[in-house]
Amino acid sequence: MPAISLSRVTKTFGPKLAVDELSLEVSEGSIAVLLGPNGAGKTTTVRLITGALRPDSGSVHVAGFNASTQGGEVRSRCGVVPPKPAMYERLTGRENLRFAADVFGAGRKTIEGTAEKFGIAHALDTNVGGYSTGMRTRLALTRAFLHDPEILLLDEPTAGLDPESARTVLSLIMRLATEGRTVVLCTHLLHEAEGVADRVAMMAAGQARIVGSPEELANRFIGTPRVVIDVAKPENLNGFGTMDGFEIEADNGRGRLTLRLDSLDLVPDIVDRLVASGAKVRRVEPLGATLEDVYFEAQRQTKEPIHG
Amino acid sequence: MDNATMTQSFRLAWTVARVDLLRLFKSRDYWGPLLIVGLVFFVAIPAVALLTVTRIEASPLLVQVGEVLDGLTTRLDERAQTLPAQGRTAFALAVFLLAPIAVVVPLTVSSAVGAQSIVGERERGTGEFLAHSPLTVGQIYAGKLMASLIPGYLATLVGFGLYSIVVNVMAGGAVGGWFFPTAGWWALVLWVLPPFLAIAVAVIVRLSAKVRSTAAAQQVASLVSLPVIILAYGIAGGAVLDPTRAAVIIGAMAWVGAAYALIRGRRAFQRDVLLGLGDEG
Repeated sequence: MPAISLSRVTKTFGPKLAVDELSLEVSEGSIAVLLGPNGAGKTTTVRLITGALRPDSGSVHVAGFNASTQGGEVRSRCGVVPPKPAMYERLTGRENLRFAADVFGAGRKTIEGTAEKFGIAHALDTNVGGYSTGMRTRLALTRAFLHDPEILLLDEPTAGLDPESARTVLSLIMRLATEGRTVVLCTHLLHEAEGVADRVAMMAAGQARIVGSPEELANRFIGTPRVVIDVAKPENLNGFGTMDGFEIEADNGRGRLTLRLDSLDLVPDIVDRLVASGAKVRRVEPLGATLEDVYFEAQRQTKEPIHG
Repeated sequence: MDNATMTQSFRLAWTVARVDLLRLFKSRDYWGPLLIVGLVFFVAIPAVALLTVTRIEASPLLVQVGEVLDGLTTRLDERAQTLPAQGRTAFALAVFLLAPIAVVVPLTVSSAVGAQSIVGERERGTGEFLAHSPLTVGQIYAGKLMASLIPGYLATLVGFGLYSIVVNVMAGGAVGGWFFPTAGWWALVLWVLPPFLAIAVAVIVRLSAKVRSTAAAQQVASLVSLPVIILAYGIAGGAVLDPTRAAVIIGAMAWVGAAYALIRGRRAFQRDVLLGLGDEG
């Protein structure tokens, strides 16, 4: 049974279609990334998952509970970090966390330890109004973890953070995600999803246009592996013609070739051939497809912008 | 719903109310002006009015006021009939003319809190946490009501106490001893005022869930408060005049009205009103 299951969910706000016949499944203990530009429907999807919003049609099930009719059960199992982690500014971090602990029945004893884990324990007795954006995000993560949720819904958790804080927060998320929780991470930043996602849903206009594991998507849209070869002198490449099993994708004219291969098994043969032609090979590097490659290739191939 | 569930539900609603009250307590710039309003109405105005009445003798104005009030006081209190003009005027001022302050101040306090109760959560973005929490909408609604009503009732009790001290100190000599609160005032404060406050807050919290900004909510709250103040002014007069019947009947009707307003307000309150506007990304 999937931890989260959305079946043909539609949600409108007046004339605006926010989520359109969205179907999505997230396996227990996996990390799913909802990738898409602002307005793609990611936040609405999170709100539908917790039952904070009710779908116009379709159904949402979380941990076996219907989010519309058993919302309390669903929400007690979820920890949510919203895109703008808002707190009560005039209260201290500790007072904000006490409130959350009381609401979720987590027990106030969990506050200190969880805050320590997220590196915010030192500021717990300071009013949140004096917190930096990074501190607020850490406090929001602490709040989301107080009740040890099975499912984490992280909606743009690095929004507004400087690169250093963003990296710290992402590494915290990665660490916590490896503890067996089901994680849904919403982001419009491709690099954030890179290396994190077990499953990616590329969203646009309220639809999950493309869904799959990064590997599946790379195979589907990038297909053949690529390799970059650097040689010492560009003229060494003059005699390097074509052979079966690869094609030259790019030649920068300064001794760097990007080849598209049928198989990485061809690499030794290619290197042998270059050496035989007198080239001094300085680098041979297979290129894995990044999510960015997949994203833009998917756009190109579907001839339909993923941007909503 | 069994007792344990009800207790748990109340505890969670109180958790919502408590955090709002804590925020209010910490917001000196918020309650400071309200405190000043309370002191002006409960202390300054009655002190000046009664000081003037009890210190200035043979003023034509005092005589005129005394004549007008004679008609009222004879129906009100046997003790007042035996007082000299100055005492009757002081008695009537304390009991009748300043009565609406018991309504104005708590209503101002409660409506100020209630107006931003829901829309404030939405504006700050803190409503997102409540919306994603396991709290039921009933618990959130009850918590918001409590957080709005408690400061109003507290203002009533503290202000009423202060007012009692002021009028007894200022006019006790002229009236012949401790005379306030009268039976009508007890009825007004403990039986008539609470349901009126509840009606106003129920309407204001409901409107707070509908408007788009705290400023708009405060405007609307003032529109709601005004007729309630006018109504309460008349009722206060009636209740004070005839505490045994008017207060009991009017209070009972107001409690029914309050129950209706609260039930309607709860039914109209939905979880999604807590979510931020314009960021349905």
